[in-house]
Amino acid sequence: MSRYFTDEHEWIDVEGEIATVGITDYAQEQLGDIVFVELPAEGTAFEKGDDAAVVESVKAASDVYAPISGEVVETNSALEDEPALVNSDAEEDGWFFKLRVIDASELEGLMNEAAYKKFVASL
Amino acid sequence: MSGNDDIAHIEEELPLQNLPLDGWHRARGARMVGFAGYHMPIQYEGIMAEHVWTREHAGLFDVSHMGQLGFSGEGVDDALEILLPSDIKGLKPFRQRYSMLLDEEGGILDDLMVSRLGDGAFGGADIYMVVNGATKYDDMGWMIEHLPDEVVMNHMDEQALLALQGPEAGEALATLIPETADLIFMQSGLFTWRGVPLWISRSGYTGEDGFEISVPAADAALLADALCALPQVKPIGLGARDSLRLEAGLPLYGHDLTPAVSTIGADLGFAIQKRRREEGGFIGHARVMKELADGPGSKRVGLRIQGRLPAREGAPIFAGGARVGEVTSGGFAPTVGAPIAMGWVSLPHSAIGAALEIEVRGKRIAAEVAQMPFVPHRYRRKA
Repeated sequence: MSRYFTDEHEWIDVEGEIATVGITDYAQEQLGDIVFVELPAEGTAFEKGDDAAVVESVKAASDVYAPISGEVVETNSALEDEPALVNSDAEEDGWFFKLRVIDASELEGLMNEAAYKKFVASL
Repeated sequence: MSGNDDIAHIEEELPLQNLPLDGWHRARGARMVGFAGYHMPIQYEGIMAEHVWTREHAGLFDVSHMGQLGFSGEGVDDALEILLPSDIKGLKPFRQRYSMLLDEEGGILDDLMVSRLGDGAFGGADIYMVVNGATKYDDMGWMIEHLPDEVVMNHMDEQALLALQGPEAGEALATLIPETADLIFMQSGLFTWRGVPLWISRSGYTGEDGFEISVPAADAALLADALCALPQVKPIGLGARDSLRLEAGLPLYGHDLTPAVSTIGADLGFAIQKRRREEGGFIGHARVMKELADGPGSKRVGLRIQGRLPAREGAPIFAGGARVGEVTSGGFAPTVGAPIAMGWVSLPHSAIGAALEIEVRGKRIAAEVAQMPFVPHRYRRKA
């Protein structure tokens, strides 16, 4: 399994043709207390860059983009009852949705963990 | 991912200034954002935790961005009764009132606190006013334009302003200044702490018991340190101040109140005492009287929202197919444990219990007009 990162602070785990997407620990830290996560419906098809989900913190709403193109095959229903999972475990249990990958070449421009860490340090 | 923090975007094109406690906040790990032209602490450990702390203990807020004004001179009461719809002549020494500046059409230019000082108690002024930070320079311009030459307005920009809020605020402040224990809600006085003169009023904008403390900028960090050394007190950011005041049903200028709206619709008629309604003589009086007689076209209301999805400022409000209003501030209410909002709706849909819908990202969510405050006020009133 490989993990990729975007400069919009999403992480993507790719296993076979399925990609699991969430926001990074850095992102949740910036957002503060998360009170609601709006997830896409299963079966929704995204182009890379489409609005895919919305994270509501106490103060504000933030969009989460589809980091790659694909079709939603599963969403994390645990977030409905416990949106704060994104704060406590952003990069594991706080995942958002799984996509069936259409074009694996879209992953090529993304960062690995070391590159993302360096990117965050530069912010 | 992209965020749009509604506090952060304001006046981003202007260079932000530093307030007296800027370094103090940064040293305590505050996340700073631009607000009302200044770098301001939005949060320390997290809005939710800071909100809960204030409701249970005492939170220290830096509100030094707000404008502190002193008025003195012959005829100051008469002059201010033209600018403000409230009873100034009947304001006793060391008492405070909530009031507002109205324009010629009765629209709200700002909301504010006005107090009468005891003789020369604080900077030699007769009347002390605290106005909103984002509007203070416009307010000053408006007032200078409408004040007679005999009345002098002093912008007390050498003073910082701290707010200590929460059920343990009284006990905390009394450990530093025992005499403050005698103050009741909307009462103020001059106190001395380690030789530093402090103008303290028992008031605030969280719905909790608490104080606003005007302190010389040079002594502000020392006082903030002394307060935060107390076990009841933690520094709290603007984020929690906003969620606290929303739960308390208190309107926020620039959001719930604007020049487009008037006092009666805003449910702020209590700020216009009987004599002033009858006698008039203040700017904007005609609109106030008309709305008292005919009712306002729309009203500021509280909204309880079903489910967990917060409705934010700008979200349209519907009754069936008809758009009847708009959310003016909204968010998740930590004490209530649910999203709440404040908004303006047309009069026929403004009754408590009215069933409405709010549109959030194309989805309609159910909401009901609710009694405010959402969380009961706990002011310390006369026994």
